[in-house]
Amino acid sequence: MEVTLRRTATLVARRNRLRPTAAAVVAAIPTTNSRHFSLSSLTRPPPNYPGHVPLTRIEKAALAIGSGLMSLRDPRRGDLIAAFAEATATPYFIHRLRDAMLASPTGRRILRDRPRITSTSLNLPHLRSLPPNTVGRTYVAWLDREGVSPDTRAPVRYIDDAECAYVMQRYRECHDFYHALTGLPVVREGEVALKAFEFANTLLPMTGLSVLAAATLKASERGRLADIYLPWALRNGLRAQEVINVYWEEQLERDVEELRRELGVEPPPDLRDIRKREREERRRRRRGGGASKM
Amino acid sequence: MATRTALRRALPSIRSAVTHPEQQLRFTRSFSTTIPSLAPTPSSSSTSAAPEYAIPDPSRPTHFGYETVTESEKRERVAGVFTSVAESYDRMNDLMSFGWHRVWKDHFVASLNPGFSPLTSGPDPRGPQHILDIAGGTGDIAFRMLHTAHNLNANPSVRVTISDINRAMLTVGKQRSTLLPASQQAALSFVEANAENLSQTRPLHPYPSPVEPTSHDSHGNQEQAFFDPATATASIPSSSVDLYTVAFGIRNFSNIPAALREAHRVLKPGGVFACLEFSKADRFPVFNALYKEWSFRAIPLIGQLVAADRDSYQYLVESIERFPSQAAFRDMIVDAGFVVAGQGYEDLTGGVAAIHKGMKPRV
Repeated sequence: MEVTLRRTATLVARRNRLRPTAAAVVAAIPTTNSRHFSLSSLTRPPPNYPGHVPLTRIEKAALAIGSGLMSLRDPRRGDLIAAFAEATATPYFIHRLRDAMLASPTGRRILRDRPRITSTSLNLPHLRSLPPNTVGRTYVAWLDREGVSPDTRAPVRYIDDAECAYVMQRYRECHDFYHALTGLPVVREGEVALKAFEFANTLLPMTGLSVLAAATLKASERGRLADIYLPWALRNGLRAQEVINVYWEEQLERDVEELRRELGVEPPPDLRDIRKREREERRRRRRGGGASKM
Repeated sequence: MATRTALRRALPSIRSAVTHPEQQLRFTRSFSTTIPSLAPTPSSSSTSAAPEYAIPDPSRPTHFGYETVTESEKRERVAGVFTSVAESYDRMNDLMSFGWHRVWKDHFVASLNPGFSPLTSGPDPRGPQHILDIAGGTGDIAFRMLHTAHNLNANPSVRVTISDINRAMLTVGKQRSTLLPASQQAALSFVEANAENLSQTRPLHPYPSPVEPTSHDSHGNQEQAFFDPATATASIPSSSVDLYTVAFGIRNFSNIPAALREAHRVLKPGGVFACLEFSKADRFPVFNALYKEWSFRAIPLIGQLVAADRDSYQYLVESIERFPSQAAFRDMIVDAGFVVAGQGYEDLTGGVAAIHKGMKPRV
């Protein structure tokens, strides 16, 4: 009985917009000897979907700042980048993206079907058998070239609306397809360029703020970004259709150039080739100091 | 059991983490700490008549997973696998308690003063003692005990047995113990056991080379990270332990009364049961409210940021919430047959942690 009373008190406190500390003080004053705290965490509302952790505004801000700083320090922490995306997506940006999906018939179908992309949902060996200019083959070739798998995406936990949580999950799982569409590699430089493209296209704050990671790049890479890749990203991201609305599972056997033309995306100069040539140039210069051959 | 489940989950990925550092590790553990800095001494390895392959040769090639490395390299790599996980635990503990867990542990060991027993017959109060440290995998309490007994009390006849249900944690403890002076290492033994049944134990089974942890044992069965009583080869006899300690472990036991009964069994009459554990800070409501806010909001967040594991730390704070209050736990200790002095417990930091002590009565 006192469990119900306490829970009601905290719910009332929450509804009356009592600050969490005050609500906790109210709940913490012991009334009898045996105390039962609800084990679903102190004054947290019930989850809206499996894995959902409803955060208060202060917690969300702390998560945004903490994950932003730590993922800047160590960009290999994909889980922190994911948390950063979720913490900064509300109040406006993820809703805008969801509305962009609702505005398109394909987007509406994706929201209704809610497909998930994992290594089991996509038949990778079949994709490898497709002709080389198809979307599926390009995607799997990119996966193999970079040595990554479609299973590395963390589940969405901090977005309160279940449909918006799916939109974020879809964006996260399609990220590798965007890599394949543009041909950008997984090195930090390629990721920053792709994030700039995604920001111009999806307007998620994490993507835009990730471009700040350019401060951790080498000077030559920063120069390349400023000269080639950032202008390319902004130009193509703004003029292309919403890539979130592509139903990738249906596009796998399509010609990749045709899809690029339909979306309005032109592939940028091959970054791996440029980097390889630059490395060879540097090696030649170090070895000989003679005239460089191009 | 967040630590153990999390470590078991982490172990298959640890190998890939060593060879592919880009992938992230998932690991967590409830409070533990690094040992106080002790002067490292190279451990003396005993050599007797042994076949050549059994004599460690640092340059002989062996396997680390699918790679071929030299034996010393492999030792370092395996050590590196565990120490990186343990270091993350220690960092989390420092972040969660602002380093105060070290103070608690130092006070715990100092108040027990191992190696000094005034009731010993004869003029010298430094008689032999057998200390059993339960759930002490990484060795924090045990190393402090050895330091106090051997160095501060100059009592070399104190020996410590570290017992843990989790083999990986014990392995970390064993690796860390190689930094201790040889006399302290000789006084240390590592035992796998479930604290609820100490009559079935096994000396620490080293991870077999050349394959990785959580691989197959000699029968080809998948080895578990947790101790399986069916593989027991030894036991802790009744009335064989002078001091039984458990620090930040008993909260995770599935059956606390059973563990207390086992403690009563293995202790000698006059032996001491000592437990350091989180407890209730509700004597100070405002402090308690702040503490709860910190626990339930900040600690899972720090777990997410530092250890990439929110769920284990959510479990941690919930298990602290669930653990009985000081008085209730004292009553459980008394029910198990111990006698307590005064209140039977000592609050630390306003009740955030508490030390419970009981003595097995001399009949």
